[in-house]
Amino acid sequence: MELYRLGIREAIELISKKEISPLELLESVFQRIDSVEERIKAYVTIERESAFNRARGLENKPMEGKLHGIPVAVKDNICTRGVRTTCSSRILENFIPPYESTVTSRLTVQGYILAGKTNLDEFAMGSSTENSAFFITRNPWDTERVPGGSSGGSAAAVAADECIAALGSDTGGSIRQPAAFCGIVGLKPTYGRVSRYGLVAFASSLDQIGPLTKCVEDAAILLNIIGGHDHHDSTSVAMSVPDFTSALGMDIKGLKIGIPREYFIEGVDKEVENGVRDAIKRLESLGAVPLEISLPHTEYAVATYYILATSEASSNLARYDGVKYGLRMDGENLIEMYMNTRHHGFGAEVKRRIILGTYALSSGYYEAYYRKAQQVRTLIRQDFENAFKEVDVIITPTTPTPAFRIGEKTRDPLQMYLSDIFTIPVNLAGVPAISIPCGFSGEGLPIGLQIIGRHFDEENILKVAYAYEQDTEWHKRRPVL
Amino acid sequence: MQYEAVIGLEIHAQLLTESKMFCGCPTKFGAEPNTQTCPVCVGLPGVLPVINKRAIEYVVKTGLALNCEITQYSRFARKNYFYPDLPKGYQISQYELPLCRGGYLEIALNGRRKKIRLTRIHLEEDAGKNIHEGGDYSLVDLNRAGVPLMEIVTEPDIRSAQEAAEFMRRLRMILRYLGVCDGNMEQGSLRCDANVSVRPAGQEGFGVKTEIKNMNSFKFIEKALEYEINRQIRLLSKGEKIVQETRLWDAKRGITESMRSKEEAHDYRYFPEPDLMPVEIDEGWLNEIRAQIVELPDARMERFIKEYNLPEDDARLLTEERAMADWFEEAVRLGGHPKTVANWMMGELLRLLNKDGIQIEDSKVKPAQLVGLLSLIDRDVISGKIAKTVFEEMYQTGREAEVIVKEKGLLQITDTEEIERIVEDILNNNPKEVERFRAGEQKLLGFFVGQVMKATKGKANPRIVNELLRKKLSA
Repeated sequence: MELYRLGIREAIELISKKEISPLELLESVFQRIDSVEERIKAYVTIERESAFNRARGLENKPMEGKLHGIPVAVKDNICTRGVRTTCSSRILENFIPPYESTVTSRLTVQGYILAGKTNLDEFAMGSSTENSAFFITRNPWDTERVPGGSSGGSAAAVAADECIAALGSDTGGSIRQPAAFCGIVGLKPTYGRVSRYGLVAFASSLDQIGPLTKCVEDAAILLNIIGGHDHHDSTSVAMSVPDFTSALGMDIKGLKIGIPREYFIEGVDKEVENGVRDAIKRLESLGAVPLEISLPHTEYAVATYYILATSEASSNLARYDGVKYGLRMDGENLIEMYMNTRHHGFGAEVKRRIILGTYALSSGYYEAYYRKAQQVRTLIRQDFENAFKEVDVIITPTTPTPAFRIGEKTRDPLQMYLSDIFTIPVNLAGVPAISIPCGFSGEGLPIGLQIIGRHFDEENILKVAYAYEQDTEWHKRRPVL
Repeated sequence: MQYEAVIGLEIHAQLLTESKMFCGCPTKFGAEPNTQTCPVCVGLPGVLPVINKRAIEYVVKTGLALNCEITQYSRFARKNYFYPDLPKGYQISQYELPLCRGGYLEIALNGRRKKIRLTRIHLEEDAGKNIHEGGDYSLVDLNRAGVPLMEIVTEPDIRSAQEAAEFMRRLRMILRYLGVCDGNMEQGSLRCDANVSVRPAGQEGFGVKTEIKNMNSFKFIEKALEYEINRQIRLLSKGEKIVQETRLWDAKRGITESMRSKEEAHDYRYFPEPDLMPVEIDEGWLNEIRAQIVELPDARMERFIKEYNLPEDDARLLTEERAMADWFEEAVRLGGHPKTVANWMMGELLRLLNKDGIQIEDSKVKPAQLVGLLSLIDRDVISGKIAKTVFEEMYQTGREAEVIVKEKGLLQITDTEEIERIVEDILNNNPKEVERFRAGEQKLLGFFVGQVMKATKGKANPRIVNELLRKKLSA
């Protein structure tokens, strides 16, 4: 058996029955990395030595944690103590955090093994990982195509079986869009469900960490572990975390699913639309009740997002000034040192967003841009609140198209921004959403189905996702590498 | 032309919390550079701030004491600017929704009372410190980065340098009473900037203002503002214009000097801090904080006058510091006569404390010991004069008056026979003076008293000495 193909639940089952050992599992995963990583380039840092040390340490120990010996890949904007955390940026190329993020602390408690740190668009700004300062990650289904972004490394690593599961972060679609492009499951939890402590901030009011996995159940398992209040993060909500796996397998008879008309518009790829419509029919056959709904402020979401996210980013990235850590380029004086450091340390997209955000917050423009965008954000959140008075979940395509070609959109930032058009409103509203595979294009590229839920109602979206997954075979397909 | 000064103050007070504003690091002053730091206050990638509840309570407490309106939902905001001592590239402060709004502080100057209105009080974090020790580099110490700072802004209600200084004195007194700030201006835990302009008396609108910084004592506040007001009047009288700018007080030269002009002022790009939830202060919490507020100086002074029958000057002096007033009340509670206790405190105790630069809370001599000493005087065990010597000893060593008196043999001589023997000796040894006294030179009585005291090393009971001398001399 090819152990690297396993998901979390299957692997844990075998380990607990002592049919396989953590070391055997890890060896298989690293053999897979050795055979495909050159073509995929999912990892910025591969933690071979520490991973094997850990696996050997777990080898004959009684199984205590829920991830005993499970190799997990972690997006390289999540701080790991003693392990380089670069954000795929020159400015943090050699940054080794002296502290551990809350999510990886929680994984550690459960016995996980850090396989490595995955590539991303620099500081999570992008939709293709083409903005990584180091290299471009390839889509395992077609290595001429992008894996999506910004969690493209994590998504590709999961899809190519270079790990058992992965963590990513999602600010405007950065978990769901690459999950859709790579044919895997990606869950963005409710804002406040998972601690952001240790996640290098891009846009603080939108960022959320979540799992990228081979199946819905694995996403529930990881959310069980990483979710819950953290006293290091005041925006994490003090709310008990249900056992998300217990929602799986419940039937969805009578469940109302909203189909927002604003998401089935011109510009959406026909194959994508058909895939999603077929999925809705499939859910209907399982007893769900589809209802057409409206989210009237959808068209303003991308503009709103690019004001708020860039405003916060312009402030969040101010700390990379060459004074304390990270890259420093000399200069004749302080100002020159700042300018040289940030000029060489940041890539073009990051600079573009810092400039946009700085402009939007500037005196004289604040009212017209930042404040107005906050007001629109409220309207978008209300759209969802109103819709959820009528329906239990909302279903949309995750992306307007399947994975695009490398280089296809790099010269047109606006085109790139539009690939997140269906995921961005979810972050603005703060609600949870999952992307699961719902078919393939004629060219063999995965298509993603997005299921959106009420605030803190990850249970319902997991329930629907699981019901669909169990009724289909899409998630069992693997890219040929 | 008559000119009138218009002054508004912006005060920064470091709060006396154990830990910093957004992390658990200690706020201790004077530690080795960068030892009071953690990932949060050095602004590492990925860290998040967590509000120190105590700091919120201190500001609300201050707001209540200064008659402010407390904001039910207040919010933190980011103030963005680049500087090496600012590790995140922004300072977490408050902008649109400060914790306290409005309010006032009443000052009294030359017997006239005046309310100085406040604009707002908000909470923010302090920056670190750049250290320039020569050479082509600078160092940064982040021990202070993240220490909670309370900013108090007044309305432009102040009309003279004296009023400004008096405002600061009153404010410092209240902050120390509340226990929210130690008020140390030299060390910078209480800092004050002033916006100053002048206008022809009677004019409604304001003139062009300058901002004065670096005034780190009451004396300097008064001198700097005095200088600045006169400088502006001089310029206007010559028909020249005031430039809006920041000026630094140079204490050595006694002048204010231009630092930078406002044209170069930053655009701080304030926006709500997304890493923190709004602060909600509900009625329950507000009442809890209200209950922690101690009696403030004005009220305590009034009570001292009424309850202890003290003159206003005594009451004012004794209530300037909470520790002083507590000391006084403790002594009275233990049986000391209020006015006598006040006299001893304002006389001997304060003189000695001031000489050594010691705070009353660190005094070795405690209220109970003063009361012990007073009781020795009352019971004629020692004389008032000896008592002063004994008190000095108590002050130095913190020992009980009775122990010192016994050990040094300072007990008052009240044995009439013994004193009579000494009196006779003195009269016999000074026949000329006796003759002159009897011839009518009455003031020589003092001379004889002095001789007796000298012979008894001050221990003779003065009442008995006087009685005996009069009797013998008139015989």
